[in-house]
Amino acid sequence: MAYSFPDEVLEHVFSFIQSDKDRNAVSLVCKSWYEIERWCRRKVFIGNCYAVSPRMVIRRFPEVRSIKLKGKPHFADFNLVPDGWGGYVLPWIAEMAGAYPWLEEIRLKRMVVTDESLELIAKSFKNFKVLVLFSCEGFSTDGLAAIAASCKNLRELDLRESEVDDLSGHWLAHFPETCTSLVSLNISCLRSDEVSFSALERLVGRCPNLRSLRLNRAVTLDKIANILRRAPQLVDFGTGYYAAELQPDVFSNLAGAFSSCKELKSLSGFWDVVPAYLPALYSICPRLTSLNLSYATIQSPDLIKLVSHCPRLQRLLVLDYVEDSGLEELASSCKDLQELRVFPSDPFGAEPNVSLTEQGLVAVSLGCPKLRSVLYFCRRMSNAALVTIAQNRPNLTRFRLCIIEPKTPDYLTLEPLDVGFGAIVEHCKDLSRLSLSGLLTDHVFEYIGTYGKKLEMLSVAFAGDSDLGLHHVLSGCESLRKLEIRDCPFGDKALLANAAKLETMRSLWMSSCAVSFGACKLLGQKMPKLNVEVIDETEPPDSRPESCPVDKLYIYRSVAGPRFDMPPFVWTMDEAVRILH
Amino acid sequence: MSSENGKRLLETDAGGLNFEATELTLGLPGEPRVTSDGGAKLGSKRGFSETVDLKLGDNNQEVKLGHSLQEAAKSPVSKTQVVGWPPVRGFAKRGKKSCKYVKVAVDGAPYLRKVDLEIYNSYQQLLTSLEDMFSCFTIRNYLNEKKIDQVNGIEYMPTYEDKDGDWMLVGDVPWQMFVESCKRLRLMKSSEAVGLGLKTAPKYSSTN
Repeated sequence: MAYSFPDEVLEHVFSFIQSDKDRNAVSLVCKSWYEIERWCRRKVFIGNCYAVSPRMVIRRFPEVRSIKLKGKPHFADFNLVPDGWGGYVLPWIAEMAGAYPWLEEIRLKRMVVTDESLELIAKSFKNFKVLVLFSCEGFSTDGLAAIAASCKNLRELDLRESEVDDLSGHWLAHFPETCTSLVSLNISCLRSDEVSFSALERLVGRCPNLRSLRLNRAVTLDKIANILRRAPQLVDFGTGYYAAELQPDVFSNLAGAFSSCKELKSLSGFWDVVPAYLPALYSICPRLTSLNLSYATIQSPDLIKLVSHCPRLQRLLVLDYVEDSGLEELASSCKDLQELRVFPSDPFGAEPNVSLTEQGLVAVSLGCPKLRSVLYFCRRMSNAALVTIAQNRPNLTRFRLCIIEPKTPDYLTLEPLDVGFGAIVEHCKDLSRLSLSGLLTDHVFEYIGTYGKKLEMLSVAFAGDSDLGLHHVLSGCESLRKLEIRDCPFGDKALLANAAKLETMRSLWMSSCAVSFGACKLLGQKMPKLNVEVIDETEPPDSRPESCPVDKLYIYRSVAGPRFDMPPFVWTMDEAVRILH
Repeated sequence: MSSENGKRLLETDAGGLNFEATELTLGLPGEPRVTSDGGAKLGSKRGFSETVDLKLGDNNQEVKLGHSLQEAAKSPVSKTQVVGWPPVRGFAKRGKKSCKYVKVAVDGAPYLRKVDLEIYNSYQQLLTSLEDMFSCFTIRNYLNEKKIDQVNGIEYMPTYEDKDGDWMLVGDVPWQMFVESCKRLRLMKSSEAVGLGLKTAPKYSSTN
């Protein structure tokens, strides 16, 4: 008997289903559910902008209001992807301009966004509300001026970590006086000194719903108080420069302004922070749940003092100036801590400049029962420490360890760190993201393949002995979506033997490994649903024998076929098109 | 924990790819890495090591780079730097430009000099250094006393060419922004600058 729910009822039911995974499952139930679902899907997430074409998305989902797109591979963050590789958003904007006149939200990560794209957004979407450009590049403040001027209902403008050609601070003045809708403004990445401060003040003052404001370095400490007094409802605030000669009236003004922000829970910024001004924050510290001090070059004693005032801290980003002693204090003061990121203050120095070792991380893992997410740069590690961490924190979901010197062994036993990382994957059953470092053999990959069943993203560098390592990962990690590898002795065998696996993943990056050009061609030929791209900036891969290893390889699944916007140094291995240039 | 049957070298039957020839490792010649099995390889030469004078085998970290390092915070580079490692984002850009040499021209001087802007932390340091370099001239620093050259009574204004090709007065923008946009420096005779009608002093020349 066919059920007889009218479409509208089903649509209404589906509107409560927000997650992409669930929506995808719904669409597979039967043809009519597929049809109903596709007409009422409002949000689309595309993890790789080349996996599908704009036209295909529009054809299937005609009524989208919110889109999120990601472009370059993650290793682009570390200069491994040459400029000009791709990830252009303009083709998407151009298609959506016609198809989605009611588009409200665009969120982009690692994409190339031009002023032309921004102007097109400003022109095409009458109800545009949210623009998030995360680690994007290619645009200037002229493009931002167009957005500011035209988007009458703009709620969010977030430029986090993007590279913006900062031509003039006056773009802020392009927000019309009638714009009062801003909820979130993040301009922290703008580098010039030229933010039009009076325009900023007025904008902040007339947006009563502003919850998140992240300023850039141009805003000096003495100006912060003015801003805060206009927006005491802020929940998240990023300071500009936090440095000035200590002046009592400036200090008390600042302290007063902070204390009037009763909702403030999250702080960031703090460029060039002067410790004497940190006590101005003490009144809000008890409420703070998130603190980003990764630009704050203050030493451990000042960090300890600050952190000890923040018992509710859930998220801390800090430089390794915090040292083991600071982390021990953190472990005893901040029992709600869920995420810790410790960045290196001197990553290229040969010798440690601070006293930060594995001890700090062990202390936090022992003292903070809710710790789930770790990113930790240090210069030494031991299997014993890793085992301790794993046994104490089986609830870890993200564990990224970077021992600064490649191939560093266990400093106590001089053995590889296989056992330590093995313990991490074995005990932390919900681990979804892992980054390895230090001296590692194929054994660590055996552990990962055996235990890492929920692992979705794995980053590997200077590790392993042979193809066996790669094979363990590809054959064992059932949930693997993203694999990025550099400088490992992995070659053709494991890749070709696990070719089918690659279609179940979003992408695979391999650079400075041992995959031959011949294998790349073979893979491209046999696997039409994969785009196999070879990157070589020095010479075409076919100018050398087929057995020569390629410099960089990026493989991703796609229903759109090979792309055609590649620069000269990217070659695609495609069966129909042969070696496309 | 060692692997008895772990292969040290990758030898594929198909294609016979000799892995060893392609493996990249980090390390200086003569520096042993102790490992239990495969992976102990000595460093292969990379171009960068030729430009840095290294002292091997001792703890002396002094590196001769041809100019004085004014800041202790700038730790000397004593090993080759691998692209994209360590994987730090903001630093990645900083690490790329570990020195920024710009030409310095002085009106009336027969030859140009070069300075590395990265070794200074403020305008004051730069101007002092330039004065040392061109010791017979003195440079006008707005917020200090007007300095007149003893010999022939000429004073100089520090100017620079920015990314857009415009000639700007040194000192108007924060130091770091100046370093990023400066392409070359020119110490201009003040008499030439008279017509520029500069009324206000640059913001940052003495405080930074």
